[in-house]
Amino acid sequence: MLVLTCPYCGVAACETELAPGGEAHLKRFGPGSSDEDFEAYLFLRPNVKGVHFERWRHAMGCGKWFLAARDTATLEVFGTYRAQTSAPPPEIVAAIQAKRPDWSLT
Amino acid sequence: MRRYSAFAIAREAARHHLGWERAWRSPTPKPRYDAVIVGAGGHGLATAYYLGKNHGIRNVAVIEKGWLGGGNTGRNTTIIRSNYLQDPSAAIYEKARSLYETLSQDLNYNVMFSPRGVMMLAQTEHEIRGYQRTAHANALQGVATEFISPRRVKELCPIINIDGPRYPVLGALWQPRGGTARHDAVAWGYARACSDMGMDIIQQTEVTGVRREGGRVVGVDTTKGHIACDKLGIVVAGHSGVMAERAGFRLPIESVALQALVSEPIKPVMDVVVMANTVHGYMSQSDKGEMVIGGGADGFNNYTQRGSFHHVEETVRALIETFPIISRLKMLRWWGGIVDMTGDRSPIISKTPVEGVFVNCGWGTGGFKAIPGSGWAMAELMAKGHSPLADAFSLSRFREGRFIDESVAAGVAH
Ligand SMILES: Cc1cc2nc3c(=O)[nH]c(=O)nc-3n(C[C@H](O)[C@H](O)[C@H](O)COP(=O)(O)OP(=O)(O)OC[C@H]3O[C@@H](n4cnc5c(N)ncnc54)[C@H](O)[C@@H]3O)c2cc1C
Ligand SMILES: [Zn+2]
Repeated sequence: MLVLTCPYCGVAACETELAPGGEAHLKRFGPGSSDEDFEAYLFLRPNVKGVHFERWRHAMGCGKWFLAARDTATLEVFGTYRAQTSAPPPEIVAAIQAKRPDWSLT
Repeated sequence: MRRYSAFAIAREAARHHLGWERAWRSPTPKPRYDAVIVGAGGHGLATAYYLGKNHGIRNVAVIEKGWLGGGNTGRNTTIIRSNYLQDPSAAIYEKARSLYETLSQDLNYNVMFSPRGVMMLAQTEHEIRGYQRTAHANALQGVATEFISPRRVKELCPIINIDGPRYPVLGALWQPRGGTARHDAVAWGYARACSDMGMDIIQQTEVTGVRREGGRVVGVDTTKGHIACDKLGIVVAGHSGVMAERAGFRLPIESVALQALVSEPIKPVMDVVVMANTVHGYMSQSDKGEMVIGGGADGFNNYTQRGSFHHVEETVRALIETFPIISRLKMLRWWGGIVDMTGDRSPIISKTPVEGVFVNCGWGTGGFKAIPGSGWAMAELMAKGHSPLADAFSLSRFREGRFIDESVAAGVAH
């Protein structure tokens, strides 16, 4: 069972307490953008086998959205962080690189 | 290839079964093929088969990183039906279902297609209206289905509890020629027929890169070296995103785990397939007597072929309400597969931004039933550049907003 710690209330919540919300850090393209950008924003996903950043909501707890860094090939969790950011914070990047020396944020 | 027949069984019985041939060859790869298919699941093998059979393209290799049929094709709950709402879906799934009717004869391999009937229970007022609408649509599409009463449901499947406390059975969408088939046999039968046409099925070999020149494909890199090809079909289900990355484009696909389980074998208790979508449970009985149960898909990206326990718990809880007699059955095996979910939950059979590269994916939780029709359409697309069955399923529909509003792969095994 997947356990993620909510960065707001500090609860180590198991999956049944959480609602998944898909890939994190998507850059929004709205009206006026090209068809390519709009399509990519809405649908096209790297669908990474490996380090993945994603959105979760502490649905049965404080109700807030947060972000998690996880490995989709091993189910290992590197850490969770608040959603008010457009890129993973340095301590999350460091935590990933400690375990995946070849990985870098692209 | 020696044909399988009753006579062959008698002949071999008389000589201690020494004359059976291997069902397919295990060749070393040639330096070049007209077409390479990545992925020896049902869809990849069927694509190769119809390339040879319908279009005369036989210099073909199917490259598989594991063993053939070891992906979702060997992990599904084998439900076959074609009772969809939208015309493009009904067309390709009914094509597939009708090919299943004669597939054993066509391949000279017993795929154990069993058109025992598939019943989708209506347990809310919305479902009644939804399934009645589907039955009307199916009548126009030439797909034989009907909406049946709770009494008829009980007649067809006596072990159902139709007066459940929360979700009594209010009717069902019934497709009498839907059913099941032996999943491994579908892969094995196509593989044997492909090998017999001279095609190479190369197992234990991963495709690690796609070589391109001037925007078109010229070959693939594999763990057994470089292989040149004019056309490439990527048919790798859960790994479609990974392969697309290697070919230099992205797909509207995310990979999640879907689970299933089977019970210990018991005497025959049900001879139809029952799907209960409101409570998320699906059950049929295999020829061995095991109750085959489909669970729900997880909501997060996953490549591990292991899903979350609570989904299985939910499924089993729902099924015990619907079929009280299974409450004391022991479960024997439980597994997961990585399914490829598209933005509109309908499949993709399409050209790609790289000339000569085609994709067939996005079948998600429901592509076993589609294998023959999908292979048929994909082969036509690869051979001729166009296939009427595949047109609506092109990648461009996402940019153009032409979604197929179907929830074909509804996030549950079926
Ligand atoms: C638990 C479960 C229950 C299901 N129940 C049903 C059901 O009842 N009815 C139904 O219709 N459908 C069902 N499905 C869906 C169905 O199983 C799939 O849609 C279908 O089998 C997909 O077939 P495929 O040939 O596309 O993929 P697969 O059978 O997964 O084949 C893809 C192959 O590609 C190979 N591959 C991947 N990457 C590479 C690479 N780089 N190089 C070489 N080879 C590679 C893999 O090893 C794999 O063998 C279910 C699925 C699951 C998981
Ligand atoms: Zn919280």
